Amino acid sequence: MQLTNRSKKIDKSEMSLAERMYLPAIASGMAITLKHFFKKKPTINYPEQKRYLGPIFRGHHILKKDEAGRERCTACGLCAVACPAEAISMVAAERQSGEEHLYREEKYAAVYEINMLRCIFCGLCEEACPKQAIYLRHDEFVPVFMSRDEVIYGKNKLVENMDKRYLREGWK
Amino acid sequence: MKVTIDNITIEVEPGTTILQAARKIGPEVAPPAMCYYEPLKASGGKCRACLVKVTAGSEKDPRPMPKLVPSCITQVQDGMIVENTVNEQVLETRKGIVEFLLLNHPLDCPICDQAGECHLQDFSFQHGVQQTRYEEERRTFEKQDLGPNIQLHMTRCILCYRCVFTADQITGNRVHGVLNRGDHAEISTYIEKAIDNDFSGNVIDVCPVGALTDKTYRFKNRVWFTKPVDAHCDCEKCSGKVTLWYRGDEVIRVTARKNQWGEVLEFICNTCRFERKNTADWTIEGPTKVARHSVISANKYGANKIVPEFARRLAASQYKDVHEGRDTSQLNIKQLPEERFKQLIPPAGESAVAGIRSIQNWADDK
Repeated sequence: MQLTNRSKKIDKSEMSLAERMYLPAIASGMAITLKHFFKKKPTINYPEQKRYLGPIFRGHHILKKDEAGRERCTACGLCAVACPAEAISMVAAERQSGEEHLYREEKYAAVYEINMLRCIFCGLCEEACPKQAIYLRHDEFVPVFMSRDEVIYGKNKLVENMDKRYLREGWK
Repeated sequence: MKVTIDNITIEVEPGTTILQAARKIGPEVAPPAMCYYEPLKASGGKCRACLVKVTAGSEKDPRPMPKLVPSCITQVQDGMIVENTVNEQVLETRKGIVEFLLLNHPLDCPICDQAGECHLQDFSFQHGVQQTRYEEERRTFEKQDLGPNIQLHMTRCILCYRCVFTADQITGNRVHGVLNRGDHAEISTYIEKAIDNDFSGNVIDVCPVGALTDKTYRFKNRVWFTKPVDAHCDCEKCSGKVTLWYRGDEVIRVTARKNQWGEVLEFICNTCRFERKNTADWTIEGPTKVARHSVISANKYGANKIVPEFARRLAASQYKDVHEGRDTSQLNIKQLPEERFKQLIPPAGESAVAGIRSIQNWADDK
């Protein structure tokens, strides 16, 4: 019984002389191989070259600063309570006088940590944030870990660098 | 005295207010209250959050009251019919009240320590609209210290006068009041005098918003990441019955115990509130039950949540014997006897905690 039409009948008849010599078959095979040398490559050299992942890709987390370079995060804890993987933890602190250029509001996150082993990149933290502070970058992955010490990302890895500000298409 | 609230009739004592009668029925029909506070005498009638429609004044005079009435200071009459959640006008008015209360409120919930247990947050979430039409500048005040442990953010205040009544009640002479009028009204201890009464810390607990906050708890953690635990200690000044709020093994805050309406059960002294912050100072009774709708129950994994009892009470009111009216002897149905079924159901007005306990007792008996 035949279930699909994909099975092929094998021709088991005796091969002709030309077929028995194999050389034409090898030549046609090599021709196919040669043709691929001149085709466009489907692969890229990943770490050096990177593909555009689309405007809504959710990658590396970033804690945004505002135009004046002050941190937007006020450690309100909504990202941490929204996080289904419980990857986010923070410690809040009060802004002292003289620190107004560093933090936008009177409270700020002294410690802000994301456990990247736990994070599932769902973007719920981004959605929960009332201060537009946390975003998941569309242009950068979280790199591969080499050891367990690298897994927890603190503020040194998360806060935005004012020289290389992160912008999305819609924000410009 | 019989009073009907949202088509539910209840028998109450003369002199009861509509709000208290509604609370006796249950949280489903109880109007919200921002300024009324049962332990404080003379509180209520300020915020207008509890406005209800009286469609029949009394048995003798069944005319409806022309305007909405504040239920916290209006006493019931025999045969009064009140509409709260079923009246369109009441619900529409409440949206306006939320807008009024939020006119000058800074909405700095991400910073505010009260967020998560704030009555204004709950009230605007349940009864308000998302938009505001207010365009003018909001009034602002500098934050002040009332003594070493209490901080006043006047900007957040909604002028409910609860703290003023608390101060009156605990001290006997006025040390705390409201200065100025209208938009400029502000809570103040006269000439920024620190309140040195032993019970002054209770103004933190009675404040429905984050205007009066605990300085020892300032920015320590968000309410929903802390674990509330009931505890008591031998205190010569107060009853010593408190709720401890834990972060890990550390007590980061001590508050008085509150009932399901957010009202303090027993006032606690400042020593208990601000100084006893070690587990060794306390005898732990067990985890505090938290209402399921509260954000404090987030991340607490099921246990110690107070589940609303309305569905169970509804089931009880519709209880019907399956053996009634038809022959079920062949079906081998084992019905829970009525008195056992009734055991499951907390009687109306009893606190939800007691309802849960009765279920647990029943489950233990089995």
